[in-house]
Formats: sequence, structure tokens, C-alpha cells
Amino acid sequence: MSALTDRLDQCKAEGRAALVGYLPVGYPDVETSLAAMRVLVEAGCDVVEIGPPYSDPVLDGPMIQHAAARALEGGVKVDDAFIAVRTVAEAGAVPVVMSYANLMLQRGWSRFAQDLKAAGGAGVITPDLTPDSAPEWVEAARAEDVDTIFLVAPSTTRERMALTCGASTGFVYATPLMGVTGERASVGDAATRVVKDARDAGAARVCIGVGVATGEQAAEIAGYADGVIVGTALVRALGDEGDLERLRAKVTELAEGVRAAR
Amino acid sequence: MTGSLQEAPGPYFGEFGGRFVPEALMAALDELTDAYDKARIDPEFTLELERLARDYTGRPSIVTEVPRFAQHCGGARVLLKREDLNHTGSHKINNVLGQALLTKRLGKSRIIAETGAGQHGVATATAAALMGLDCVIYMGEEDTERQSLNVARMRLLGAEVIPVATGTRTLRDAINEAFRDWVANVEHTNYVFGTAAGPHPFPAMVRDFQRVISVEAREQMLALGGLPDAVLACVGGGSNAIGSFDAFLDDADVRLIGCEAAGDGVETGRHAATLTGGRPGILHGSMSYILQDEDGQTQPSHSISAGLDYPGVGPEHTWLSSIGRAEYWPVTDAEAMEAFRLLTRTEGILPAIESAHALAGAIRLGRELGPDATLLVTLSGRGDKDVEQAARWFDMLPEGDE
Repeated sequence: MSALTDRLDQCKAEGRAALVGYLPVGYPDVETSLAAMRVLVEAGCDVVEIGPPYSDPVLDGPMIQHAAARALEGGVKVDDAFIAVRTVAEAGAVPVVMSYANLMLQRGWSRFAQDLKAAGGAGVITPDLTPDSAPEWVEAARAEDVDTIFLVAPSTTRERMALTCGASTGFVYATPLMGVTGERASVGDAATRVVKDARDAGAARVCIGVGVATGEQAAEIAGYADGVIVGTALVRALGDEGDLERLRAKVTELAEGVRAAR
Repeated sequence: MTGSLQEAPGPYFGEFGGRFVPEALMAALDELTDAYDKARIDPEFTLELERLARDYTGRPSIVTEVPRFAQHCGGARVLLKREDLNHTGSHKINNVLGQALLTKRLGKSRIIAETGAGQHGVATATAAALMGLDCVIYMGEEDTERQSLNVARMRLLGAEVIPVATGTRTLRDAINEAFRDWVANVEHTNYVFGTAAGPHPFPAMVRDFQRVISVEAREQMLALGGLPDAVLACVGGGSNAIGSFDAFLDDADVRLIGCEAAGDGVETGRHAATLTGGRPGILHGSMSYILQDEDGQTQPSHSISAGLDYPGVGPEHTWLSSIGRAEYWPVTDAEAMEAFRLLTRTEGILPAIESAHALAGAIRLGRELGPDATLLVTLSGRGDKDVEQAARWFDMLPEGDE
């Protein structure tokens, strides 16, 4: 059990799904991004997913690519992600980090886990790291009681579903669509299927990410998943100008969505 | 235990290589690995690939001795393995035909590829036309500008060319965008990766398809009097170099030298000499050397040659470097262009600027070893695509054209 699973279970006890909000640290600048993460917590996110920007984000669509590039131009460092972790923890939500593998490798697998733990973080989502390619990371995370949150996709085979769900702690991050991050009009039937497959493979908690943009979609997904992960729609609401009120309105809409389902 | 270094199977070469990709691609990479493992021992596949190599590419490629150029290489004997004479003008076709045939075996109808200089894109577009596959090529916007002739060639061949305007607008960003396409369309799309980098099985598979260069060259050298003292090839991602080295890996007396693009000079920071100036990291699906900052952000690379302008390098090269079997030398833009000029003027052979880096390495090594040495240089491509850029470098464009 961890702070993350406690929070997810608490949401479930309230008869709703958790709202997980993603923002890259440093967009549009470090200070504003920290303020934006506080807004996420105030407006109803249970978990905040903090992204240290990376120069080659192969699993991200144009909006998050833009935000990452802008943040890097502004001089954001991986260190800033740990400051964001502390900020989110103090604001009262559970912080997790979503990091591309090389940023973790360069810091050192163990040090990354230690620094996260020290800042009050609960786990790490790894978009380009699968359990079989990263035994060192799994070992380092276990040593620090940091959750290892791996992704599953519609293309995930039965064998890989078992492997990935078995190695995931906290929750399993299910992507209902094939493709990069970004809003979609509908996340469709594939979402229910991938959640079912993950549960069949033993996943205790499954959150759905990639493609969710509206409160209505959040409500739909909250009907069958433990959590709804929203990224691009929040980054877009925040925007280059750092519009915290527009962001607050978006989070409020999504928070109502996850509470409307059951 | 044979102790042979040849045809290392991956996924790891020493501690380098592996597969660091989104889960969404793992099934496709497993499927590709499985299909390739079956194809490589299936005579139906290997004979068809040999037939295409002979009747379409024009293999075996010849070896040309270049005595007038060799006068500038300390009088050493210099021979060129002429991959520039292949259909489409470079070594890239060797790999593409293999992967396109594999695409058909997978039952997929669409291929995508990244390209830097445009040679891999042209080769892929060519194979797509030949085999009736839909084809999309991702190319950095900066590269579409400096290699506009190849963009036109790809479009003439029926491929869609998508200029990539993100990041540094070069090869690395084209690879990112191709991966994003693949994640979204993996069901009917195969990614024809152009170099011996990326996630397993690409480094080993691309090496196998390019291995024909060294297999032929080794026989040709033996027929010409003996193994060379050194084999030289340019290294960006490293596909022509690994293909040029593989059959010589167990010939301990043959030095293997990869020539990396040092741009303005490694000390200036404006270069693409990954093994000289980089350190271990994960980029584009594998663990290798990369040019990066302290945090692990990939750093922009620089080279006059679009095909070498890449901040990573194939994992097998990193391994060969780490065990001391191959050497990697930095070659600046200026050295490469001088070698380009020399080969063109002394032998009437216009090399690709990429390949000119290997020629520059031969000039350096020949002067060091002297007239007793025999050097084999892989001329990976021809320079037709580089005419405008070279003319600008040497200030040969008509007045007012600039």
C-alpha cells in the first residue's frame, strides 16, 4: 500500500473515480507551473502527475511537445520536478512523476527514486520504459517504496499484460487509443476492453489516460476505471499565457465529471 | 564458444542496445523480430533478397583503386568499396529492400521512414514503388531545405514527404515523428528504420542487411592480394560502417575506423561526433552514446552532412568502441570537404559529403602509415545530392546566385 493506492481507494469508497491531472513543470515558466499545480489540487485533482520536460518526447502529441520545448527554452531542470513534487504534496494531493527514461538514467535509477521519495512523491510513470527493459529501475523503486506505474495499450498482448500488471504498483496506466497524447472526440470501446484486460491480468487499480478532454468523457470513463488522467486539455487551458483561471475552470469541469458517473 | 564478434544477435551488445520504447510498440517489435528470425533462414526470403541485390541494386558493388587520390594519402594503397554505384546512389537500398520484403511478409501495406540526407528516404520510396506499398517519409525541415533534390525524388517516386518542424528540425526530430506515426498506425504500418540504431531488432537487422558490403569487400580484397590494413567508413547512426566492418571483425590485424562528423570541431560543441564527445544514455529506443546535457536532454548536433547530423550512434558501434575493436575518429566539416574536393579532382568520382568523412580519415591514416599500407574505404553514397551545397562551400555558384 502507498499514499497513491490509499488515495485511489479513498476515491473508490466515495463512489467515484480519481482525477489525475498532468502538467509539465516549467510551462510556461517554473513559477507559473507550480502555481498551476496548486490550482489543480484546489480544483479537485486527487493525484498530480508532474512531467519533467524532455527533449525527445516520442509519446507526446503537439501540445505537450510545445509545452516541453517552451519549458526547456526557459531553462527548466529535472531538479524543478522535485520542487513541484514537494509543492503538490504540501497542497494536499498525491504527487507522481511521469519521466522519460534518459532523465532517470542520467540522475541514476536509485537517486531518482530517493529524490522523489525525499520530496514526498509516490511513484513514477514511465512512458518509454517497460518492466522487462528496466529491471534496475524496478529494483531501485522497490527499495524506496516508490510505485512503478507502467503503461498498457490496446496492442498489449496477453503475456505482456500479465507481465506489466504484475510489475506495476500504485495503478496500471491504460491508454485506450493507439497514438500520442492529445485530446480525442471519443475514447471509444477500446477503453473498456483495455481496462477489462488489465483487471483480468490482476491489476487492482486501473487509470485511463490519453485522449480525455471533457467532463463528459471523464464521467464516461469514471464509470469503469479507477481514475481518469487528463494532460493535454489542462496544458491547453493553462496556455503560453499561464491562465490559471481558465485552468481552474477546466479542472472543475473534469472534477465534476469524475463525480457524476456513479 | 567460437569467440566470433560477427553477426552479434542483440538485443544487447555488451551493455548497449536493448529496447526502450512505449509499450504500444512492444508487440510490433516482437512481431518484427519473430518475422525476421524466420525470414533470415528461409530460402524463399534470402534468395529473393539476393535476386533483388543482383538484378535491381546491381550487386556486387565494385572495388575501385584510386592511385591519384592515394598520392594525398601518404602514398598508401587506397581502394574504394563503391556503394555509391548502387541503384538509388547509396548503401541505403541494401537495408530497405530487406525491410520492405519483410513488410510484405508481415502482411502490412504501409511503410514509414525517417531520413536525414534523403538517401534512406529515397531508397524507401523506391522500394515502396517497386513493391506497391504506401509510403510516408519524415524529414527534418532543415534537411528538406539543404537536400531539396532528394525531396523531389521521393515525391516523384510516389511517397508523401512530411517536413518535421519541431525541435532541431533534423534527423533526430524526424525519427521522433516517425515513432509517433508508428504508435498510432502500427496495425498496418511497418517502420523501415534507416540506420543500425533504434530498439531491437533494428541494430542487428540493419547490420545484417548491410553486411553484404564487408562480405563482398573481404572476398574482393583477398582476390586483389590480401586483407587491408584498415577499413574506414563514415558513422552517423552507423549503418554503412557496421556493414563495412562486420565480416572483418574477426580479422584482428584489420583496423576498423569509423569517421564521425566533428562539424566545426569537437572542442567548439558544434559537432555530431557522438562517440568522441558523448556519454552513455537512452535515445530512440536503445542504450548507446548520445550527445546530451547533464540532465539527459539531447543536445543539438551539427554537421555539414545531413546524413551524419545525429546526436546518437548505433549501440554495436558503442560496444565495438568500448572493447577496443573499432576506433572512432572525429573529422571536421573542413577536412571532409577537402577530401571531397580531392577525390573529385583526382579521380573523377563525386562522393557524398557523408562518405567524404571516411575519405578524410584515409588521408590522415595513409599519411601516418605510409606507402606500405592498404586502406579500404567505403564510399557509402554519391555526391549528386550535394552539388549545390559543395558549390556553395567552394564558392563556385554563379555570381548573384547566393
